[in-house]
Amino acid sequence: MTERRAAISFVSPALLALGLVAAYPILAAIWLSLHRDILVFRDHRFIGGANWSFLLRDARFWAALGHTTYFVLVAVAFELVLGLIFALLLETKGRGRGVLRAAVLVPWAVPTVVSAKLWAWLYDPDHGLITHLLPGHDVNLLGTPLIALHAAIVVDVWKTTPFVALILLAGLQSIPDDVYRAARIDGAPPWTTFRRITLPLLLPTIAVAATFRALDAVRVFDAIFVLTDGGPANTTETLSIYAYKTMLRLGDFGYGATLSVATFMVALAIAGVGIAAQRRAAR
Amino acid sequence: MIELQRLTRAFGGRGGVRDIDLGIEDGELIAIVGPSGCGKSTLLSLIAGLDAPDSGVIRIDGRDATALEPKERGVALVFQSYALYPHLDVSRNIGFPLEIARVPKAEIAERVRQTAERLAIGHLLDRRPKQLSGGERQRVALARAIVRRPRICLFDEPLSNLDPALRAQMRVEIRALHRELGATFVWVTHDQAEAMTLAERVVVLREGRVRQLGPPREIYAHPVDTFVASFFGAPTINLLEDQTIGVRPENVTVGSGGLDRVEAHEGRVVLVEPLGAETWITIDTGKERITGRGDPDLAIGERVFARWDPATSLRFRSDGTRSDL
Amino acid sequence: MSRRLFAALAAFFCAAPFLWLVLTALRPEAELTRLGPPSHLSSTAFVRVIREQPLPRAMLNGFLVSACTTVLAIALGSLAAFSLARLRPPGRSVILAGALAVSMFPPIATVGPLYELLSRLGLLDHWAGLVLPYTTFALPLAIFLLTRAFEDIPEELFRAARVDGCSPLSALVRVHLPLAAPSIATAALLVFIAAWNELLYALTFLSTPERRTAPVAIAMLSSEHAEPWGEIAAASTLATLPLVVLALIFQRRIVSGLTAGAVKG
Repeated sequence: MTERRAAISFVSPALLALGLVAAYPILAAIWLSLHRDILVFRDHRFIGGANWSFLLRDARFWAALGHTTYFVLVAVAFELVLGLIFALLLETKGRGRGVLRAAVLVPWAVPTVVSAKLWAWLYDPDHGLITHLLPGHDVNLLGTPLIALHAAIVVDVWKTTPFVALILLAGLQSIPDDVYRAARIDGAPPWTTFRRITLPLLLPTIAVAATFRALDAVRVFDAIFVLTDGGPANTTETLSIYAYKTMLRLGDFGYGATLSVATFMVALAIAGVGIAAQRRAAR
Repeated sequence: MIELQRLTRAFGGRGGVRDIDLGIEDGELIAIVGPSGCGKSTLLSLIAGLDAPDSGVIRIDGRDATALEPKERGVALVFQSYALYPHLDVSRNIGFPLEIARVPKAEIAERVRQTAERLAIGHLLDRRPKQLSGGERQRVALARAIVRRPRICLFDEPLSNLDPALRAQMRVEIRALHRELGATFVWVTHDQAEAMTLAERVVVLREGRVRQLGPPREIYAHPVDTFVASFFGAPTINLLEDQTIGVRPENVTVGSGGLDRVEAHEGRVVLVEPLGAETWITIDTGKERITGRGDPDLAIGERVFARWDPATSLRFRSDGTRSDL
Repeated sequence: MSRRLFAALAAFFCAAPFLWLVLTALRPEAELTRLGPPSHLSSTAFVRVIREQPLPRAMLNGFLVSACTTVLAIALGSLAAFSLARLRPPGRSVILAGALAVSMFPPIATVGPLYELLSRLGLLDHWAGLVLPYTTFALPLAIFLLTRAFEDIPEELFRAARVDGCSPLSALVRVHLPLAAPSIATAALLVFIAAWNELLYALTFLSTPERRTAPVAIAMLSSEHAEPWGEIAAASTLATLPLVVLALIFQRRIVSGLTAGAVKG
């Protein structure tokens, strides 16, 4: 019938576009990862799984994976906790709610580059506000290997907590009032109500927010690129940064593709865990 | 003339229709009745062209219409929830099908005005659907259907969202409209009383198949099985002796004493329902319950007799079908 | 009352860093390294950034890219979303899952082949060449939001439009698009902002300073001189102001758009 034909033809342009700019590149990247492809040497030949076996032995890759994992875990944890607090604050019907909601959207609206620059300025070893407020001299947050990654995490938390807060707020608002009324009649104190009623009912939403954020955090690039460019001494190098440098600074597209596909697989794994967690939380 | 031949549309387990053979005459008002899930809305969608059958043929005026678009079939449809376009005012809602058919603007305006006047909503042309009452919205939906002067007009339970008084009034208007327009009206409803009062012929559907087809009186007086017998008539027909005997409550008298040459069953009164003109009394014989007409002064627990003329009872087999037709 | 305090702290945490940036941009150059309030507000940094850096040009490029991406994403996205919501094409759930999967790609994974593709199409180092890669996140977002919007419109309206003689396309145009207009506006807003902020593709596919978009221009500011913070702050403020204004005006829309689907998953 006409509707069936229309169904297919309506959806085709979008699918073609996505096929061209998304499906094709990812397949090409997988194919490329099986080649040795270094631009400068005009070297391009099939080497099978050699890139992949190198990947498994590549200490720098494992370091990047470690940094990325740490980043994801810590950032998402903070974002969930802070986001929940923000959401609870936003839930009140006070007059200040509009102001808070406007304030909360500012970090979301600010481009990641700008937010990174902004915090870089706050962290600046010579003139940064935060540097001044911290005790001691010669405090260089971004130049200290162990601290730098946390500084980057702060940027991510500042930028995306609003997004998490909004999602959790929607989840909070979907919990029917009757549930709270019943709890009050049963005489439950606020903290217990929160722990035993609000939190479990909010679990599916928390799972969704955590999955979205984790997927974004695994791909983190902008903030780190601008703040530290992977430094100092590659201690903030995440998977995306390593892949970027390999491809566009070393010109090694073959291995760069390998790193990229590896990152994609990590993302898929997270998505899988996330969907499973959502299913469990929704039961 | 609409002909449905061996029409089947299955949806896996629930709903759908199977092997429907039906002929609808030009200009008749036919009702399709049945409990929810019996497939009546599916059947309407198939006739309208909104859904395609898995197998079977639909012929309209002799032509094979199975593959035709709704607009090519000359059908209009009035929805249960009216389906008025919220972003258009009443006059544009009514004129919408004419707009699509590229009728000249002046003609649209005139026909919309005439149709709106005919349905007493001429004063609402500037309003938006959300500003109208249920009854008014229903008239707009009706206007939109008939402004096209369709050969076939389909109705999907259009009165079920109205209150009873309004429903009764609309039934009278619909009959008048039908006489005026001369179009074929196919009316789907789950309300057996509505089907009986409105239609010239009734199609009874159950689980996707036609159980009986005929004028309302015939369906009522000569039901083809226990399902059809129970579906029509209020209060429901009394089914006795393991559902092999059926007797309509209006043929049963409940009271004291008994006469010969009459079926008489003794029991205790369990329910007294005075409804103004008559009172329905239900008694419990120990084996089954029987409802019939009786005196409103009867008390619960009183021992009485339910009597009827055996000539008025219907006989059924154990599989539910009639054994005495 | 402690609730008010927390709320104030939260608002401060969110807004203060940005306000500090704006303040830095307005400081006279000599006082950049001071921390107290400035003696007066100076627009030197802004002037310099507009005159000497190609920032206005970068913002124009960014606007063109974002606008085109938005138009393309909404056009293709509405068609696809309508089909997914009302016409039920075969493989519908696969398509939706596929669109979701595409939006999960790390952009870094597709950079190499896209570079080659754009090179062959002659679209490298031009703002128009960004529109195609941007659809990888713009289209799934539009499809996701608009499918829900179309699903929220009662199905009977589609059937009524069909019976009234509409083809699927004219049903979309005459009935569903007008009714989904608020959601379309929200989707357009979210796509526009995402496109404006994008860094990686813009960084990789644009090389000449005049062709850059705003995020790239800001990222590149520092590698030329020794951290001209005043100008960085000014450029950042300019690049962000349109977005912050949009966000404040359309607060409610944005909130409902971002949270759509989160609750039902």
